[in-house]
This record gives sequence, structure tokens and C-alpha cells, in this order.
Amino acid sequence: MTIKEKQDELISDFSFMENWMDKYEHIIQLGKELPLIDEKYKTPDHLIKGCQSQVWLHTDMQDGKLIFTADSDAVITKGLVSLMITVFSGHTPKEIAASEIYFIDAIGLSSHLSPTRSNGLLSMLKQVKLYAVAYEAKSQSQKNGKEL
Amino acid sequence: MQHVPDITVPAIDIEKIRKDFPLLQEKVYGIPLVYLDNAATTQKPQIVLDTLMHYYIHLNSNVHRGVHHLSQEATAAYENSRKTVASFLNARKPEEIIFTKGTTDGINLVAYSFGRGEIKPGDVVLVSAMEHHSNIVPWQMMCEDRGAELKVIPMDENGELIMSEFSALLTDKVKIIAVTYVSNSLGTVNPVRDIITQAHARNIPVLLDAAQAVQHMPVDVQELDVDFLVFSGHKIYGPTGTGVLYGKEEWLDRLPPYQGGGDMIKTVTFAKTIYNVLPYKFEAGTPDISGAIALEAAIKYVQQIGVENIQAWEEQLVEYAVQQLQQIDGLRFIGNARHRSGAISFLVHDIHPYDLGELLDKQGIAIRTGHHCAEPVMGFFCIPGTVRASFAMYTTFEDIDRLVAGIKKAAAMLT
Repeated sequence: MTIKEKQDELISDFSFMENWMDKYEHIIQLGKELPLIDEKYKTPDHLIKGCQSQVWLHTDMQDGKLIFTADSDAVITKGLVSLMITVFSGHTPKEIAASEIYFIDAIGLSSHLSPTRSNGLLSMLKQVKLYAVAYEAKSQSQKNGKEL
Repeated sequence: MQHVPDITVPAIDIEKIRKDFPLLQEKVYGIPLVYLDNAATTQKPQIVLDTLMHYYIHLNSNVHRGVHHLSQEATAAYENSRKTVASFLNARKPEEIIFTKGTTDGINLVAYSFGRGEIKPGDVVLVSAMEHHSNIVPWQMMCEDRGAELKVIPMDENGELIMSEFSALLTDKVKIIAVTYVSNSLGTVNPVRDIITQAHARNIPVLLDAAQAVQHMPVDVQELDVDFLVFSGHKIYGPTGTGVLYGKEEWLDRLPPYQGGGDMIKTVTFAKTIYNVLPYKFEAGTPDISGAIALEAAIKYVQQIGVENIQAWEEQLVEYAVQQLQQIDGLRFIGNARHRSGAISFLVHDIHPYDLGELLDKQGIAIRTGHHCAEPVMGFFCIPGTVRASFAMYTTFEDIDRLVAGIKKAAAMLT
């Protein structure tokens, strides 16, 4: 599935939930199920500091695709992080860098991406894109290096 | 709903008061709002909003300089507000009242001017372990600048200052003590009279951060004999961007000015400027005229209801809230001071305060989560933050019931 298809699927999943409680119960459940980051990566280097809740994010490259693992100290943030990871993991840096993220807004959680929320999610989104751009730039320069 | 039977009938008509606050009639997510974030800011009564509008429609003009009618009217209204504030705090003279942008601004003013005028390398400034960042950072900056040292009065597990340690910290090196009257994160009411008495025995002046005090209890600066006292307009039902610094005349006369500019000068030449008299010496530039006038409206509103009546009502609210909250499974209070006011901080099980706050918000309940700009307090208790419910004169027992029900619902989802 492409990043766009994954987002559309999430939007469709959430569209069956009528009230905020169902949505949050689902998000909390996802938070509880989120594959934890390897403890060795829960270091300040991997910390995306929010004012209130914090996110640890680790990135691995496997067969040209980025794999993200993460954790947060708050369950709801963790659930949202889980959604982000679902969307981004397994895609090439180029796909991620070029992607447009609209599902958070579409499922009615846009307030979580406002800069005032300080829950680390907006910073996480920026960080994921930054990683992708950095990997992309690295692979480009390696490619160019070979060609020379 | 039937409440605990020992609640005395308040001397104030809560339903009538609530009708005075337009925002309390609003709904969030389609649910009637429960507003329990009053320590952050209070809602405004209609009279404050009307006063702001009236100023811009009928009075708007710059103060202290125009000979024309409007300027004189605006000046009179602005100076009347100063008189009202002076009488509210029982200051000796209106000249002891300086209008500021808020508590933070007032503390910065004193820290800067006191630092420049009075502090030498090696001197000590005392603050307490439960200060808001606003009553830490300005002093830290000043100490760094003057080569002075910032020392901290410690607190215990209940969130009360350890007074024996305070006494031990009082040396001849201490030049000023800055403490909060009521803690914004814990609700602790500090023994400020004792602090002031001990400080004055050594000729040390005291600044009280009364941002969480003036709206909850009578404050009399002469009775306290405090040297400086600051508060924010927006936490006492007034507009944002307004605040008050009270200073004893002898101190304000003695300290150098804070900011330079218009209004704070008597004569200016390129060689030398002669500063204006109090209070203008500390009010550089065009002040927040509409704000000061609307702050007066807020204070008069509070006076009309009676600070003692508000205090009596809020004490019952705090007691009821503590009683109800402690019945929630896994809830623990952060700060258990014997004497507290206005705010209650707590955590439930190991639920992150952010998660709880989020789910309370979705139930129409506005509380505050996080470190409440008091990171050292959170560090002391080894927690990332707390959930804080804070009260105002318009808070009801039903609000607290909804909070308790909301916490139970959220906790069930999160554990």
C-alpha cells in the first residue's frame, strides 16, 4: 500500500466511529499495542521533546525502506505515534519526503498537530520527514559518487 | 444531586454571578463548559467587557499629556483605577501602585531595579522551592548579572516550606526575599507573615508574588508590612496584559527606574534626564489605559461581592473537591498543605497527566496539565507534571461533581 492508500484506510476505519470516546478508545488501544522501541534507543538522542508528553523515535533502513519504532510516555500520544508509524514505515525516503499527511486532520484530530499542543506529535512528523530527506540526500550522494 | 450536608449557604448568589460571565454560558463539544483552569486565567464579567468597549467608544485618548477634554477624562479614569487598586490592597497612597503588564512584568521590574540599585557581588537573593518560573528566572538573570547568588528555601513532601531551614538561610548576605503567597502548582498558602517578620528583623525586604492570592483572600499590604507585592489583572477577572506592582514608597523612591521612555521623565536633555516622580517613574511609555480602567471594573466587581465572601465560598469548594477526589481509586494529591487555596494538583495511578487532561477536555472539562511553569516543583516530586483543578468565585459543586465523574470515566479508559 502507498502512504496515500494507508491514510485512506485509516480514515475509513475511523469513519465508523461515531463519537470521541470510540475514537479515543481505539487510539489508546493502538498506544498500548505499539511495538516498543528497543530500550537502547530510549536515549536523549532519540527524544523528541514536547512540553508535556515526549516521544522517542528510532529509524532503521531495511532494503532501501525506512522502518520506524517509537515510544511515548503518554498513551494517547503513543496511539497517535502508532498511526504515524503505520503510515510511514516500509516506505522509501523519497516516498516519505514527498508525502502529504492529511489523515490526522481527516479523522478529526487536527488539534494534535497544532504547535500549541506540545505533545511532540508535530515535532515527530517533522523529524520523520527530516530523516527521510537526510537518507534521500545520502543515497543521492552515494549514487552520484558511484557515477563519478 | 445531593451534596454533603454541612455546606453553609454562601453569602453570595452563585447563579446570579455565573450569569455575569458570558463565557460560562458557552458549550464546548456541545456540552456545557466546566471551567477549572482559573489559576491560569479567570473568565471576565460583562462589566469588564463593557468597560473596555466604553473606553474605546467614549474615552480613548492618551493620558497625562493632552490639554483637551478627552485626554483629561482618560487620565482621570486611569488614575481612578490606581486609587481603586490602592484601596483594594490598602496601600498608603496611590503613588505606591505601579501598573504593569502582569506579575511577570512586575517581578522583572523589581529584580532589575533592585539589582542595579542594591545588589553587589556575593550578595544573596532568596526564593522558595515552589516558585513559578516568573519568580525564579528574573532573579537568576539579575544574580548572574550582579555576581550574586540565588538560594532556595526548601519545602517538604506536603508542599510546605521548611521554616527552620528558612531561618537558617537568613544571613547578612541576603538582600531580598521573593516568595509566592499561594503556590500556583500546589495551592499551598505560605506563612508569609512569619517570613516577613523574620526578614524585617534583619532589615531584608520581601516581595510577595500574589498572583494566586488577591482573587482568593483579603490582602492588606500594610497589615502584611510587605515591601513589594505583585499580581496579574487577568487572574482576578480583569483583562490580560494588565498587572500591578505595589511597592512601599521609600523603596520605590530609592530604586532606579526600570525602562526609559515617555511619561517616566521630568526633563530630558542629551546631557541628562531627570526622572519623573512616583508612580510615573516606573511607567515608561503609553500604558495599557483601557486595561487599567477595565481592571478597576474587575476589582470593583470583586469588592462588591466581597473578597471575604469569595474566600468563604472557595474554601468550601476546595474542601469538597478534596473530599470527593480522594475517593477516586488510585488518586494521589501532589501537595497536601494544611492551608491551601484555589488549586488542587493530583495524579491518578500512573496515568500521564496529558492523557487525563485530553479525555477531560473531550468531556467539556477544562483543567490544566503539565508542569504549570514550576519545573523545579515537578523535579522535587519526581513527576512529569500534574493535573490541576483550580477554582474561582463562580465555580460550583456541580462543576466538581462533573470533574470527579470525568476523571473516573477517563481513568477507566486509560487503565
